[in-house]
Amino acid sequence: MRLLLLCLIFVSYSALAAIEAYEFDSPEMEADYVTLINELRCLVCQNQNLSGSNADLAKDLRRQTHEMLMQGKTPDQVVEYMVARYGDFVLYRPQFKTSTLLLWLGPFALLLLVLVLVVRHMHSRQTLAPPDAEAMQKAHQLLSDTREK
Amino acid sequence: MRFAIPLGIFIIIVGLLAYGLQLDPKKVPSPLIGKPAPAFSLAKLDAPEQFLAQKDLLGQVWVLNVWASWCVSCRAEHEIITRLSALNLAPVIGLNYKDEPDDARRWLAQFGDPYTTSIMDQDGRVGIDWGVYGVPETFIIGKDGLIKYKHIGPVTMESLEAEVLPKLRELTG
Repeated sequence: MRLLLLCLIFVSYSALAAIEAYEFDSPEMEADYVTLINELRCLVCQNQNLSGSNADLAKDLRRQTHEMLMQGKTPDQVVEYMVARYGDFVLYRPQFKTSTLLLWLGPFALLLLVLVLVVRHMHSRQTLAPPDAEAMQKAHQLLSDTREK
Repeated sequence: MRFAIPLGIFIIIVGLLAYGLQLDPKKVPSPLIGKPAPAFSLAKLDAPEQFLAQKDLLGQVWVLNVWASWCVSCRAEHEIITRLSALNLAPVIGLNYKDEPDDARRWLAQFGDPYTTSIMDQDGRVGIDWGVYGVPETFIIGKDGLIKYKHIGPVTMESLEAEVLPKLRELTG
C-alpha cells in the first residue's frame, strides 16, 4: 500500500511537469506543440525533454514554442529557431546531414561489415579442399590399426 | 597473430571511450560563434528609464557576462569579472538574467559592481536569443558585431589568462 502511494506521488509529479494551460487556435496546432515539446531537449536537465522538465529554461522554451506557433510559425521554423540558438544538441532526433552521417549510418555500416565477415568466414569453411586419396588411405589405415589393438 | 584483430578492435574501443570520458556533456558547442550578436534593447539595472541596445555597442569590442543574484557560481566568478573589468580592455556589459531588480542591485552593492552597465532580462527572452542555458555565461563580441567567443560556466583565473584575455587583446589589438 505504501509502495503504491509512493508510486502515485511520482506519477502525479511527472504529469504535473508541463501543465501551463496554453490556449491554441486549433487542435492541430496543439498537436504540433505537444510533438515539439516532446522532441526538444531541455538544456539544463540534459536527459529530459521540454515537456518533462520543470526547469525554468524549459518553461521559457515552452512559452517560446507556444508563442511562435500562435504567430503562425510552422513546427520546422520553431525547430530551426531552437537549433540556431542552442545547436543540434537541442534535438532528440538529430537531423540527417554530413556531420551526423556517422551517427545515422554507422550502426548499419557496422552490421553490414559483420555480415560480410560472417559470410566470408562460413564460405571459407565450406570450401576446405576435400582430402586426397592418399590421405584417406592413411586415415583408414590408422583407424583399422587402432581397432585391431 | 591470432589475437591481432580482436586486440586492434579492443584498442580502438578503449581509445574512443577514453576520448568520450574527456568530453564534458555540459559544454554544448554554441552555434552562435561567428554569427551576429542577437539584437536586444533592455532597460538598465541602475537606471530603468534608460535602454541599452546591441546596436549602441557596434564598432567596439565588448564583453557580455550573464549573471544573476540567485546564481551561486556567479559569486565565485565575481572576482574574476572584477579583475577583467579593471584591465579596461573592453566594456563589460552585465546581462542580469531572470532576476529581481532589487535583489540584483543589492547583490552589486554587497559585492561591488564590476560592470560598465547591467541590463535587465527579467523574463529571459534575450537569454533565449543568445542561447543561454546556464548562468554564468560570457561572450566576447567583435567590432563587426559578430560573436567571437563564448564561455559556459564561471570564468576561472586560468580560463581568463589562457582564453579570454588573449582573445580580447587579439580583437582590440
